Amino acid sequence: MIFSLALRSLGNRRSTALLTVAAIAVSVALLLGVQKMRTAARESFANTVSGVDLIVGARSGQLNLLLYSVFRVGDATANVSWESYQKIARHPDVAWTIPISLGDSHRGFRVLGTTNDYFRHYHYAGERALVFTEGKPFAALYDVVLGADVARALGYRLGSEVVVAHGLGNVSFALHKDKPFRVVGILAPTGTPVDRTVHVPLEAITAIHQDFQGASQPAIGARIGASAAREQVDLTPQSITAFMVGMRSKVMTFTMQRAINEYRSEPLLAIIPGVALTQLWNLVGIADTALMVIAGFVVLAGLLGMLTAILTSLNERRREMAILRSVGARPRHIFTLLVTEAGLLAASGVLAGVALCYGLLFAAAPLLERHYGLVLPLTGLSTQDAALLGAIVVAGLFMGSWPAWRAYRNTLSDGLTLRV
Amino acid sequence: MTAAIHARELTYAWPNKPALLDVRDFRIERGERVFLRGPSGSGKSTLLGLLGGVLEPDSGHIELAGTDITPLSASARDRFRGDHLGFIFQMFNLIPYLGVLDNVVLPARFSAARAARVPNGDLEGEARRLLDALGLGARDIASRPVTELSIGQQQRVAAARALLGKPEIIIADEPTSSLDADARTDFLNLLMRECGTQGATLLFVSHDLALGGLFDRTVQLAQINRALEVAA
Ligand SMILES: Nc1ncnc2c1ncn2[C@@H]1O[C@H](COP(=O)(O)OP(=O)(O)O)[C@@H](O)[C@H]1O
Ligand SMILES: [Mg+2]
Repeated sequence: MIFSLALRSLGNRRSTALLTVAAIAVSVALLLGVQKMRTAARESFANTVSGVDLIVGARSGQLNLLLYSVFRVGDATANVSWESYQKIARHPDVAWTIPISLGDSHRGFRVLGTTNDYFRHYHYAGERALVFTEGKPFAALYDVVLGADVARALGYRLGSEVVVAHGLGNVSFALHKDKPFRVVGILAPTGTPVDRTVHVPLEAITAIHQDFQGASQPAIGARIGASAAREQVDLTPQSITAFMVGMRSKVMTFTMQRAINEYRSEPLLAIIPGVALTQLWNLVGIADTALMVIAGFVVLAGLLGMLTAILTSLNERRREMAILRSVGARPRHIFTLLVTEAGLLAASGVLAGVALCYGLLFAAAPLLERHYGLVLPLTGLSTQDAALLGAIVVAGLFMGSWPAWRAYRNTLSDGLTLRV
Repeated sequence: MTAAIHARELTYAWPNKPALLDVRDFRIERGERVFLRGPSGSGKSTLLGLLGGVLEPDSGHIELAGTDITPLSASARDRFRGDHLGFIFQMFNLIPYLGVLDNVVLPARFSAARAARVPNGDLEGEARRLLDALGLGARDIASRPVTELSIGQQQRVAAARALLGKPEIIIADEPTSSLDADARTDFLNLLMRECGTQGATLLFVSHDLALGGLFDRTVQLAQINRALEVAA
């Protein structure tokens, strides 16, 4: 009864009601969107690398190792000797390893020397393996496989020639011009730093550094040509930057980690990527909490708009309240009527907001995945989301109880004397 | 037989104002049609608020159709009002967002007793019958938004609402003050006739002397209100 009155009363003030609902809807969509993005970002962050049990590098900080080996940020302070790498790689508990050699760049993108095991074993977002949109893994020494962003940003296709710069500067004067690489594969977007990486065979890194002693140009005449470098007997590197380890059995991971950290002949550090990623996220996550707080305030603004709309309508509705009283409505009916109106506005705002948010996500999901590799899980509302939305409706009811209380008081003092 | 309305030793003053009403004995018999007259601001509407149980007297008793409502709780008085009284006000009587029919059946939504007194429980049929009796028979009236009705039509809809579910007492607070002279007598005649049909008691309040002749009895508020004498 009161409910249908509330509905029709809102219907009568359609435009105000719609605007109020729209304001709440937009704010709720924002809040929910931030919440979804946050979850997606956290997940995709945690999913930057998966299936790798340990990452091993020279002894430094856990975050430092994670940053340069996975995110290609910063530099290694020291390398891992080839002997140590081989020793660990051949350990019976180790299923596979991915060597990583960093230090060069190509037009702002990091160059990573590795083996085809990289394409076989590197996983991200849980079960996802690296996929070639075009081409295939390394077959020859000067083959290069590009991450999706690199290929797109630089407009490279299969067969394009790539010249690797020595060092990390964007415009490096020391170009390995004499040893051009050829693009043999392009990877699908992953939403991970893989997209921004230029992959070359590990041996190629050795080859292009054959005539480099340190970062200075070799003396003219002392250069070794591309074919000569290729024919060089041994391109096995002396050292690598880091390597990733997959264990035969997960339960052996901790034992292996301890063994590596206590390795005598060389100071090494082994980290478990998941643990290190969580630690890193805790650092980065502050920003997204801030975003959430802002979205919360926007919702508050939406609800305040509703409060304003209801409060301003109160005076012109005093007569309506007196009429309802005259036909037997009690003051608590008046109170309920106004709280119900607030609840209806808040609830429709929340529903419309959810619809709006999902509509936008549906529209944006393919774009985000294609361009940024960010996978938005189009899942239903989590219990946490539902609790959040429920809290908004409850907050709306609470806010509505203020004008309702005022109407209640008015109705007691006005009686039936309808003074205008 | 008890009276329809019986007020005894009734006093009332608005907060922080001098005594407005002091009624020793005011009695209206069942089925009587009484015209209560008094100048603007003399306390007529306040008296109706007391009779309707919306206001609580400072002292005294009000008996309506045999029930003393003064000892009742506020919500019991609200229920009593919904069950036994029909109100018509000067203007803006209708809920703007409800249609004509919904406005008329409104009392039955708040009072089960009023709904129960509608023949066969056919609220809409009864509403149409009342509208018809009050000269709003044209079929399209019922479906129009109330805001599109003339003031005269609105007052008739309000009268139909007051009469729905056969309340014992109809209280009309200057319902004709916004109408022109012709509409005024038309409205009054129809209202009186329908009150007669239903056997309802009518207490009609106005400051307009000219209407007095149509009623069983005319009462000056000054005659029954001792507070006014003192003030004057
Ligand atoms: N809700 C109210 N609060 C305070 N004073 C009121 C209220 N309603 C009426 N009054 C006062 O009571 C007096 C009588 O008003 P009212 O009963 O409306 O007279 P009438 O209906 O005869 O014109 C006036 O002086 C008015 O100011
Ligand atoms: Mg009055």
